[in-house]
Amino acid sequence: MSTIAPSKEQLLAEFESKIAAEMKIEPRDWMPDEYRQHLIRQISQHAHSEVIGMQPEGNWITRAPSLRSKKILLAKIQDEGGHGLYLYSAAETLGVSREQYIQWLHEGKAKYSSVFNYPALNWADIGAIGWLVDGAAITNQVSLQRTSYGPYSRAMVKICKEESFHQRQGYEIMWKMMEGTKDQQQMAQDALNRWWWPALMMFGPHDNESANTSNAMKWKIKRESNDQLREKFINKTIPQAELIGLKVPDANLQLLEDGTYKHGDINWDEFWEVVKGNGPCNQQRLEHHKRAHDNGAWVRETAYVAGLNQK
Amino acid sequence: METKINYYLQIADNALILSHRLSEYSSHGPFLEEDLANTNVALDLIGIAESIYNECARIEGKGRIGDDFPYRRGEHEFYNCLLVEQPNRDFAFIMVRQFLTDAFNFYFYSEMIKSKDEFLKSIGFKAIKQVTYHLRRSSEWMIRLGAGTELANGKTQFALDTLWRYSQEFFVPSEAESAMIIAGVGVDLQVVKDQWFQKVREILYMAHLSIPENQFQLNGGKQGKHSENLGFILTEMQFLPSKYPDAKW
Amino acid sequence: MEAAESQGQLWEVFIQSKPGQAYKHVGSVHAFDKDLAVENARDIYTRRGEGTGLWVVPGKEIVAVTINEAEYFFEPIDEKIYRHPTFYDLPEGVKQM
Repeated sequence: MSTIAPSKEQLLAEFESKIAAEMKIEPRDWMPDEYRQHLIRQISQHAHSEVIGMQPEGNWITRAPSLRSKKILLAKIQDEGGHGLYLYSAAETLGVSREQYIQWLHEGKAKYSSVFNYPALNWADIGAIGWLVDGAAITNQVSLQRTSYGPYSRAMVKICKEESFHQRQGYEIMWKMMEGTKDQQQMAQDALNRWWWPALMMFGPHDNESANTSNAMKWKIKRESNDQLREKFINKTIPQAELIGLKVPDANLQLLEDGTYKHGDINWDEFWEVVKGNGPCNQQRLEHHKRAHDNGAWVRETAYVAGLNQK
Repeated sequence: METKINYYLQIADNALILSHRLSEYSSHGPFLEEDLANTNVALDLIGIAESIYNECARIEGKGRIGDDFPYRRGEHEFYNCLLVEQPNRDFAFIMVRQFLTDAFNFYFYSEMIKSKDEFLKSIGFKAIKQVTYHLRRSSEWMIRLGAGTELANGKTQFALDTLWRYSQEFFVPSEAESAMIIAGVGVDLQVVKDQWFQKVREILYMAHLSIPENQFQLNGGKQGKHSENLGFILTEMQFLPSKYPDAKW
Repeated sequence: MEAAESQGQLWEVFIQSKPGQAYKHVGSVHAFDKDLAVENARDIYTRRGEGTGLWVVPGKEIVAVTINEAEYFFEPIDEKIYRHPTFYDLPEGVKQM
């Protein structure tokens, strides 16, 4: 075949017409460099979040109060690891290795969701994380199933399907505790008080202040804005809280005439401090990940060497 | 009845305590795939333990529930072998402990499906599929750890040297085991031991690792006499039910 | 050339039937190299507009679990039901979750 190489303008036009027609972009397709860079950043951040997200819950596996809850928690954390793995794989189709992504995480060049920099202090936190943190994540991920990058979209479809039990198990824990003793009710309310605002912050800054949103929306990497998703989340979640007798810790919460809710001001100073590394658990989470990675170096090495011998 | 429950508990406690150690390792694996695989083994083992505890509660008929066995017994009432409570010192320790136990479980459950006891038979059928896979996986790992880099070989040999002293307790019958073997219910440990040795020798040979010679063997777990490790495991595991005895979760 | 190779080697063919969907195995072709394998696969498996994407993979590179292993290799479906949402109770009044 001898064809004249298309110009960059032609490639871009073709790319944009695919996006406009709701076609997916696949790894071997031409894509603008900014699109690739945005995906590298967003998908790897998403992958890191899943993996770092194993830690706050992992903190309670050995203390789970029943064998049933222990199995569920283990299976859930295992899913988080699996979802990190799917996402790293999707991110690797962009030409960057998993090892490189992990290195960027360790060097502080890549972020993960700040919500995991908060501590899991009592058993109800496991309920609150499943119900609120997974609930918020799912709201975002359902939307991302329609993202324009094929491997990311397919990973999201699989993840949404598998995570369908995560929110339910969390809410079930909260519900059982609210039906339980006074101690349990207090733990549940305490967990909601601590996780509510970090969960709302998970959707990111307001649309008018979000640097990364505009291109991402134009290229259909993101399909709904931070504020739209946050509203969806609170409208679903507040009635669930009230149903089991929990009080949402927002003195300025308003129920509007159309049945939707308007939340009070989010403490963005806190948000940015945690993003910058000054949250309660930032250091601990990253050190844990580095330590596990470093301790595993000799294992990966011997598996590699043994693999060569096998060929 | 008490002997039978005691025998059941030995089996369940081995599975539970090992699953506890594996649970501790979640998010500490050398890479993601391994983390997931490790969790699968833990989940299988909890499943086996849970079925047996539920059966213990049922046949005992004193109104206890299955979870009362893991969550409301003291250290001296746990009958697991000492090996499974040994800590996760590094990946080599985890895998050596796993391999020695998987090899035992494989032959143990393979014999258990011949039991006259219908319940044990059913557990055997359920477990054998799972432990077959466990053994395959830990055997593969032993070979990669032993026959890969020199560093890994050294670490794995050290783990083997350290843990071997707990490896023969599997085959020393407790009172409950002797009684159950005579009754045709319990698994003949001598049969398991011969097969176990053959498998362990085969894999260690392929892994360029050697069995420590003339090592003094420690036991006592089956009689409720444990290493210092178990107290910490139970303190952690039983924390919520101990602190809030009336709460349901 | 050995007799077994006189028809080229075996390549497994995967097709994406719609944009964005996962690639699915559809069959195999013989070919002498990767370029011919792609072309042969196209001429055989996309005659009715079945595909928007196509992969070929050398058959010998595929590592498979055999039927004999399957019994213990795959999780029985009734094990670990807690991985499914229907395992959990919800209070009355929760519409969906």
